[in-house]
Amino acid sequence: MESQLALIEQSFNSRYSCHVREALDELPDSFTITDPSICGHPIVYASRGFLKMCGYSREEVIGQNGRIFQGPGTDRRSVMEIREAIREERTIQLNLLNYRKDGTPFWMLFHMNPIFSKEDGTAIHFLAVQVPLSGRGRRRGRRSHDSGTEDVIFGSCRKEVCFDSLLEVGRVLEHNNSVLDSEDSAGVVDIEETCEANELEKRRAASAIKNILSVLTHYSELTGRLVCGKRGCCNGTSPLGSSVAISLGRIKQSFVLTDMHLPDMPIVYASDAFLKLTGYSRHEVLGRNCRFLSGMDTDPSTLFHIKESIRAERPCTVRILNYRKDGSSFWNLLHISPVRSASGKNAYFVGVQMEEGGCRNQGGGGLSTEMRHRSTVGAVRVALRTLSMGSGSSKVE
Amino acid sequence: MMLRIKRVPTIVSNFQAEEAGARSGCGRNCLKSCCIQGARLPLYAFKKENSANGGKAAAEHDKESPVEFLDSLLLGEWEERMQRGLFRYDVTACETKVIPGEYGFVAQLNEGRHLKKRPTEFRVDKVLQPFDGNKFNFTKVGQEEILFQFEASEDGDVQFYPNAPIDVDNSSPSVVAINVSPIEYGHVLLIPRIFECLPQRIDHQSFLLALNMAAEAANPYFRLGYNSLGAFATINHLHFQAYYLAVPFPIEKAPTKKVTTLQSGVKISELVNYPVRGLIFEGGNTLLDLSNNVSDACICLQENNIPYNVLIADSGKRVFLLPQCYAEKQALGEVSAELLDTQVNPAVWEISGHIVLKRKEDFEGASEENAWRLLAEVSLSEERFQEVNALIFEAISGNSALPVEDKIADAPKSVRGSTRRPTMVGGTQECVVLQ
Repeated sequence: MESQLALIEQSFNSRYSCHVREALDELPDSFTITDPSICGHPIVYASRGFLKMCGYSREEVIGQNGRIFQGPGTDRRSVMEIREAIREERTIQLNLLNYRKDGTPFWMLFHMNPIFSKEDGTAIHFLAVQVPLSGRGRRRGRRSHDSGTEDVIFGSCRKEVCFDSLLEVGRVLEHNNSVLDSEDSAGVVDIEETCEANELEKRRAASAIKNILSVLTHYSELTGRLVCGKRGCCNGTSPLGSSVAISLGRIKQSFVLTDMHLPDMPIVYASDAFLKLTGYSRHEVLGRNCRFLSGMDTDPSTLFHIKESIRAERPCTVRILNYRKDGSSFWNLLHISPVRSASGKNAYFVGVQMEEGGCRNQGGGGLSTEMRHRSTVGAVRVALRTLSMGSGSSKVE
Repeated sequence: MMLRIKRVPTIVSNFQAEEAGARSGCGRNCLKSCCIQGARLPLYAFKKENSANGGKAAAEHDKESPVEFLDSLLLGEWEERMQRGLFRYDVTACETKVIPGEYGFVAQLNEGRHLKKRPTEFRVDKVLQPFDGNKFNFTKVGQEEILFQFEASEDGDVQFYPNAPIDVDNSSPSVVAINVSPIEYGHVLLIPRIFECLPQRIDHQSFLLALNMAAEAANPYFRLGYNSLGAFATINHLHFQAYYLAVPFPIEKAPTKKVTTLQSGVKISELVNYPVRGLIFEGGNTLLDLSNNVSDACICLQENNIPYNVLIADSGKRVFLLPQCYAEKQALGEVSAELLDTQVNPAVWEISGHIVLKRKEDFEGASEENAWRLLAEVSLSEERFQEVNALIFEAISGNSALPVEDKIADAPKSVRGSTRRPTMVGGTQECVVLQ
């Protein structure tokens, strides 16, 4: 896991000057910052307020994905909405049920904002603020069918219930009452159905976001790698947004994606494993052609074979001598293949690297080299199939 | 009067095109006793007791367990078959798009998916039909179309055997096979206990297997689907389908209205503001609870001869149950020619919002409105849906499921009580459509 921790450190340090953590530590709010470019979209920073609220220590939280705070009562559709907001790189606010370390559930107002890089407009981090809710929602249990008196308050993602259908359901449920949820089963925590944030809580969330963003913006100015809360115009050095980055981030193999249609076929995506294998950092490889991996003793006929396959838009597998950043060389079992985009036409090349004799290729214990090459290609195909499919946030209220 | 419709079938196996008839001395490397001896396949054994949701998930994530291993295995094997040329076409070469609108229906232009030959006849008025060994079934597929075996592991840990023998005599393996006419990349068929030659009907064990597969893949964009007979299942040999699509399905985005929470912890909701009416099951104290409740509901529908589709989404955490009546409407000539011309048979994927179109003009002109209109034809009426719900809730709560006739004795004429039709004379599996 250490390499992941290193990446997490990097995530912050390369972007913000070193005192940013201290500044963030001073803020009282509960919030987390996650990095979609790291495999698993992990938390890279958690505020003291957050740790206090959920009962975990910093070590238990950094590197984890937000799903560890979900539990059986967490509404799945809300989880899906958050996932889609991440994929589409937009803001979202909703009421969510989470669980503390000791297993107790609690409602909170969840407000998430992407943080964009000013250079290229991609979302480099996601900032999430959590405001615990004090409101009393509708309780779980026997339904009172007669009532117009109920506070039928729902969270922001639900529609009003029409009373006709409530009554109808009541009819059905009447003779089934005995088997429906009873509150007497031991150990069942009485969770409220739903809970709505009040105006004060919403304002708290909004102002927390504002404060944190201004801290981050300030500290990013010091490194020159500016961030902002809104997407500016995109430059195109890293055109793959976080949706694809997250899908691709699931893939543990070393691979790169190059854009067939850009001059000199630059790398537009490089996996963490690739960076680890070659010793380069992400911004050192994005935008460059793969040839920098070759060196003095690389067989020119192998290079020619690769070039020919690319020209013919054909897959190929070769064994090529490559060089790391530090100059050391390794034998690379390389497989490249053209990959189509949603248009159905070839748009990218994927290159999957396996270090010969390298035992570091974790996971997939029983899979052969060929199988690992292919599974990476397959996963890339799935991810790119829906790239540029005509995103546009389709929000359903 | 029997009901049948002319369907343009989809070929799911390379061995399907050749019709029935005795096939002796195979030599085709199929799965029957003629070829199966000594056959080997990778075997993925999943951990059985999957704790349903969150909770101590933090501990699970620490392990070096192959959480994405099933993904890798499936994708790697699928890609290998693709490079071998086993698919009828390259599905990634089919243009696909999200239709602008509130829900984001997904349309694909795929001219090669449907056969261009004489359509076969398929009975639509009976959800339960006995297995017929003479018709195409999955024991007839070539071994190369099978990707791996999928079983519960003996010892409670995930196990992988790259080259396990298929032991027909001592075990009843479940397998994952390719669909040679894929809707999307990675389109496979999960065939529970393949050698038992089960007809297309859900039982508790099989559904649990399907749910486990979704949970093992741990990928919200890998979904499983099921079509009952009468709801556009093409083959009467028990199977689920699955594939990857890295965008949300419209049905997953639809608002829901909670109906109740069962003692098992399973929450049941209704779809709201979606063209097709349906129920959503989610949660549950364990995966087994969720599985049992959904299976009970499916079995109830089957026994009441109500065709339905099932979508397993969100890595097995949300299950959509959709009773439908399109085939019957079609057989009775109640569907407009315009909709029929698109040749879209609304099965689980279409109902979920992923629509494969055969004609370019349909693809170009695809709109949310059109999609909605097509799917609205599939849905039960509100009245009928509530009746069906009543049946389901009764079945789930353990009461014996009374036959439909008793329940709707005084129902209005518009009710699609297809159990009123006289039962088939035994022996003939065909059914006729009076078109």
